[in-house]
Order: sequence, then structure tokens, then C-alpha cells
Amino acid sequence: MVLAKNKFYPNLLKLAPIILLYIAVLNDFDFNYIKYFSFNFPFILIYYWSLKKSESLGYGYIFIAGLINDVVVGFPIGFTSINYLLICGFAGYLRNITLRPRMVQDWLFFLLTISFVNSINFIVLNMLLAVKIDYLNLFYNTFFTFALYLVFANLFKIYQTAVFKEIND
Amino acid sequence: METSRDDFVIAIRSAFLKKGNKQRFSLTFLLFFSVLLVVLGKYNFFAVNYLRVAINEIVYRSSFIISVPEKYAEQSYNSIKDHIELYREYSSLKEKLNKIESEKYNSDFLIAENKRLKKTLENVNYLSEEQHAKVLIDKGSPFLRSIIVNKGSNNNITKGMTVLSNNYLVGKVVEVNFTTSRVLLLSDLNSKTPVSIEPGNIQAILSGTGENDGIIQYTSENLPIKSGSIVYTSGTGGLFKEGIPVGKIVELDNKKKVNFFSDFSQLRFIKLSTYEKKGD
Repeated sequence: MVLAKNKFYPNLLKLAPIILLYIAVLNDFDFNYIKYFSFNFPFILIYYWSLKKSESLGYGYIFIAGLINDVVVGFPIGFTSINYLLICGFAGYLRNITLRPRMVQDWLFFLLTISFVNSINFIVLNMLLAVKIDYLNLFYNTFFTFALYLVFANLFKIYQTAVFKEIND
Repeated sequence: METSRDDFVIAIRSAFLKKGNKQRFSLTFLLFFSVLLVVLGKYNFFAVNYLRVAINEIVYRSSFIISVPEKYAEQSYNSIKDHIELYREYSSLKEKLNKIESEKYNSDFLIAENKRLKKTLENVNYLSEEQHAKVLIDKGSPFLRSIIVNKGSNNNITKGMTVLSNNYLVGKVVEVNFTTSRVLLLSDLNSKTPVSIEPGNIQAILSGTGENDGIIQYTSENLPIKSGSIVYTSGTGGLFKEGIPVGKIVELDNKKKVNFFSDFSQLRFIKLSTYEKKGD
């Protein structure tokens, strides 16, 4: 019992990325209080954890998180899941080809990833599903998501070092 | 080159097709499933609609609970913002209140002053008796500037009566006979009249010069007496009623002289008045 109790909190802390992802999608966590300022926190979170510790975020959970986000935002169901899973794919690819990980390299590849994903996002929504989205807002969102990656990546790195007791790079 | 392409393919395959460590589903499978959901959703496939409804039910309730901290943070932020605004508003209102209070004190002072002045005016409400008289003699003596009028003690003319011409002060009665009286004009050397000069409410004495004008005496040279100022009787000493227009200030040779409104050489009919204070 004591042993189980002792393991509960460390396990809970290890589940923090997935909990944070669900909180983010349920809450539509993007700080869009200021005009044109918004960023896609789930993109940062999924990319970082898929890249650094893929087992902490199961693909199944990411898929469900995408479905939830679709319902919250009002997108066609399954649409956000594609985006999230594509990010996982890009992160997995980078992980496979990288021998000596560097933050700047991750950051620049993140720009490539979100640019691709948002382009798919824009093409599918605007052209195939006839859902109108503001191009300018999407651009600012991409920019701020890219800019804030470094901040959150460093915070996640501190958390990862503290909770998972490992250093990536 | 061939090796590089092989590496790329291996990396892609590993990322998308291979089921990762502790992963229950492969990425490709889930991607395919997501695309299928989107396509079926596009054609309103009933299973997708049911799925959406089911997720809606769960998500909306969960979202409400999950968003509580954010809402609380937002409310707290708004509350703090309101408090800051309230403080600013309070400071601004306090400043305005101080200004209004200060204006109120001024207003109270003005009201009190007004009341006091009204009271004073009520006290100095004059009853007047007027008589008209004809100028009998107007000798332009170089030593005495006076006129003789055709009213005397038989017409209740008394010494000290105010003499006016067209409501302008001319002089005062200095000698009363039975049917005639002598009026000392303001221009006479012996005439000393307490006056008030406006604007400025400057108190002074108007003396005759023996000519056709008067001179201001017994005032400080620093007082702002300007040309064009109007001279009224001040009422000091009780010789005349206050506020009777006398003349206008002109500055000649650094001396402040008074040009009388009445032309003493052209007097034909004058008005003799006595004033009694109502309050007395």
C-alpha cells in the first residue's frame, strides 16, 4: 500500500504531458486575448514530447486529443488529429535522423513542421471543406507558436530533467 | 546518394509505420483513421455524427470544469483591473471633490458677502426729496465758483443739499436765503468731495481747482488710477449719497485731473436733493 502510494505521485508527474495536452485542448488554451496574439500550445507540447520522449505521449491519446479539439473548436471531426499525428511523424523522423540533438536544429525543424501542418490545415479547410479561416491570423499563430517554442521547450526540458531524471542534450 | 535516400526512407518508415516503444497504434494507422473520419464526416456518415455527439456530451462538460481555473484567472485579472480602475477613479473623484469643496468655500464666501452687501444696501436705501430750481446768477468769479438758484428756505431748501444736473453732481448748497440759495460748485477751490474711482474702488478726495476741472488728492501715487476711470461720490462723511457720477479722470502733466460730466458754465436748471438713509 505504502509502495503503491509512493509510486502514485511520480507516475502522475510522468503523465503530466498528456494531462497538459488534454487540458490544453479542452480549454482551447491559446491566450488569444490580445488581437493577433495566439499560439498553438498543443503543437509545441506534442512536438517536444514526441521528439524527446515519445513514450510519454501515446499516439492513441494524441488522436483522441485531436478529436476533442475538433469538437471544441468546431472543425470537422478527425481534422486536428491529422495535424497532431503529422507533427508526431515529423518529430519521429527528426529523432531518427539526429545523432546529436541541438535545440536550434529542433527549433528550425519545428518551423518546417508547423508550416507544413498549417499549410495542410489551410488547404484542407479552405479548399476541400469550404471552411473559411483568416489567413493573417493563421500566419500570426504560426509565428508566435514558432517563437514561443524555445520558451516552452526549455521549461519542458527542466521538467523532464526533474521528473524523468534524464538529460537529452 | 543511394545510401542517403535509403536513410531517408528508413527514417520515414520508422517514424510513420513502425509502432514505437510503448505505443499501441502505429502513426500511419491513426492518420488513415483520421482521414477516414474527415471524409465520412464530410458526407454526414451517421457513425461519425454519433461519435461527434458522444464526444460533444463528454467534452462540453469536461471543458466547463477544465476551464474553471482559466475563468477564475480571467475573473481575478478583471477584478484586479477593476480595482485599479476604481482606485484611479477614486483618485480622480477625490481631486474633483477637493476642487468642488474649494469652490463651495468660495461660493459660501460669496453668498455671505452678497448677503452682507445686500444688508448694507438695505441700510443705505435712501429716501430723497427733490426740487428743481433755476440758476439765477452764474458769475464766473476767479475766487469763488458758485451759482445762485431761485429756491430758498421758503421751499424747504437746507444747507448741504446735493445739487445735480442731469443726474451728475454739480455741488452742494452752502448758503440758504428765504427765496434764494448759493450752491458751491465742485470746481471751487474750497470744495472737497470724498469720491470713489472705478475700476478699483479707489477712495480719494476731489478738490476744485478754481478752473473748470477738479483734481484727485490724498491718494498714493502707486494706485492704479488710469485715464478714463470714472469718479463717483463715495458717500464717506455723509455729505453725499454714494454712487453719484461726477466726472472722468484725465492725466495732464502727471497730475490726475477730473473732467466733470456737467459743464458748469452752461447750468440753467438744477436739481436739489436731500437723501436720508432708510435704516436711520
